[in-house]
Amino acid sequence: MSASSHASSRGGTLVMVLYLAFLILPIYWLVNMSLKTNFEINSGVTLWPNEITFEHYIKIFTDSSWYSGYINSLTYVALNTVISITLALPAAYAFSRYSFVGEKHLFFWLLSNRMAPPAVFALPFFNLYSAIGLFDTPWAVALAHCLFNVPLAVWILEGFMSGVPREIDETAAIDGYSFPRFFVKIFMPLIASGIGVAAFFCFMFSWVELLLARTLTATNAKPIAVTMTRTVSAAGMDWGLLAAAGVLTIIPGALVIWFVRNYIAKGFALGRV
Amino acid sequence: MDKPVNNRAWLLVAPVFLIVAFSAILPIMTVVNYSVQDTFGNNQFFWNGLGWFQELLDPSTELGGRFLDALWRNLLFSAIILAIEVPLGILVALSMPREGWKVAATLVIMALPLLIPWNVVGTIWQVFARGDIGLAGWAINALGIDYNYTGDPLAAWITIVVMDVWHWTSLVALLCYAGLKSIPDAYYQAARIDGASRWAIFTTIQLPKMKRVLLIAVLLRFMDSFMIYTEPFVLTGGGPGNATTFLSIDLVKIALGQFDLGKAAAMSLVYNLIVLALCWVFYTVMTHAGTERRQEENPA
Repeated sequence: MSASSHASSRGGTLVMVLYLAFLILPIYWLVNMSLKTNFEINSGVTLWPNEITFEHYIKIFTDSSWYSGYINSLTYVALNTVISITLALPAAYAFSRYSFVGEKHLFFWLLSNRMAPPAVFALPFFNLYSAIGLFDTPWAVALAHCLFNVPLAVWILEGFMSGVPREIDETAAIDGYSFPRFFVKIFMPLIASGIGVAAFFCFMFSWVELLLARTLTATNAKPIAVTMTRTVSAAGMDWGLLAAAGVLTIIPGALVIWFVRNYIAKGFALGRV
Repeated sequence: MDKPVNNRAWLLVAPVFLIVAFSAILPIMTVVNYSVQDTFGNNQFFWNGLGWFQELLDPSTELGGRFLDALWRNLLFSAIILAIEVPLGILVALSMPREGWKVAATLVIMALPLLIPWNVVGTIWQVFARGDIGLAGWAINALGIDYNYTGDPLAAWITIVVMDVWHWTSLVALLCYAGLKSIPDAYYQAARIDGASRWAIFTTIQLPKMKRVLLIAVLLRFMDSFMIYTEPFVLTGGGPGNATTFLSIDLVKIALGQFDLGKAAAMSLVYNLIVLALCWVFYTVMTHAGTERRQEENPA
């Protein structure tokens, strides 16, 4: 490639090495701790486990109060992603193709919900979902996360859809496609990468959120992130177990990134470059 | 390009409208309801008019002073992390490899912190920065610097800022990288023929192309740092003292800790209004930039 890459090669490589090292170091430390015995952790800093132990991981995989946390988390994340994308698709189409009464205000209002602080909603959500009997189910968390994920999905999808020329819609109409058939058969494949990106972001923000997930669950639907905060404080500081659970929460994210690695660059521009 | 007017588009928007209204308007009504009442427990509520709001907006009262402190702290925090993350993100984006296996490897490592649950981010930095078991804390203390983020407010602030830079700089960098990728090679060739300096290329070609994505990055980073809760909560719990009690942490303390529903509700509404106002400013700037760009591309 041309001039761009190369002007700053040596300085650039140094920046990248330092930056990536900075990103990896804390994660390396977490992995390191998860493989140590608690005795070793508490008896001083060692850069590598003297004696590798998997006891913490075994504990998590054999104790249902631990592993069910992972299942709960993944359940509401999956529910939320499906709901968000399904609802956002037609809305994003409307925003990208038509002008209608209140369009601008509606779009702003939607977006402003992405920006609303979850702390404001914690208590009212608790009341609301208790009142309708969804408290402590994955549905409560999945619906609550719609507050910020649906607007985000609309925003991302609208960006990708606006990149598709409108002539395609018109040609399909002339060819006798009904709207639903056109949408599913022709339009959705055209913005498949946009759907992937929106799903990625929905997964991401639902997976990392804790405040609402913690407020809306008690025992049955308790997410893994919450299991970590509670079990550890109850049993004193079991650092090794905490670290192992932390490592396991990084894995789903890492897997998702690995699958979308070729779309990350475009995806992070939210279809708007 | 003008879009056709069609009010039936509301039918397509209706499901989204309903679910977001369910999740946003109903709870806000509860909050409004609480904000004008006082309670002494037992589910008994008394009308308190605008009392909580008067108290909240008057810095001489306990609640008002506390709110102002948290607001100020939060604005300072947002300003600091933007001042670090935006330039650093641009620098990283400019330094990223453009081809080969290194691209995928770099992207995966960079995206990793973004997908770690926020309390785990707090935990990671807790076990990393503690003086007794953490690598960073241990190393800094070994250098002879007295560092203890649970006791010293300055150390707590530095730790939280570094944690946020670790957590979110990649988002800024990836957005900028996407902007840079959209620049055609021809631009660089032209610049080379003209003998443009590295700095001239940056200010005249790269920065303008990144403007839109940078706006998105600043908006997301500002808003998310303005509602930060989980990471500092796990790391410092808002301490030492109140040194790192940001708005959301304070709000949760009042609402779920003290169960002072009236105060918390009034605070929620004012907090939300501030966010809404700031969001409106960003949105106007963004749509303005969007129209400008469209005009540049197809002058009428």
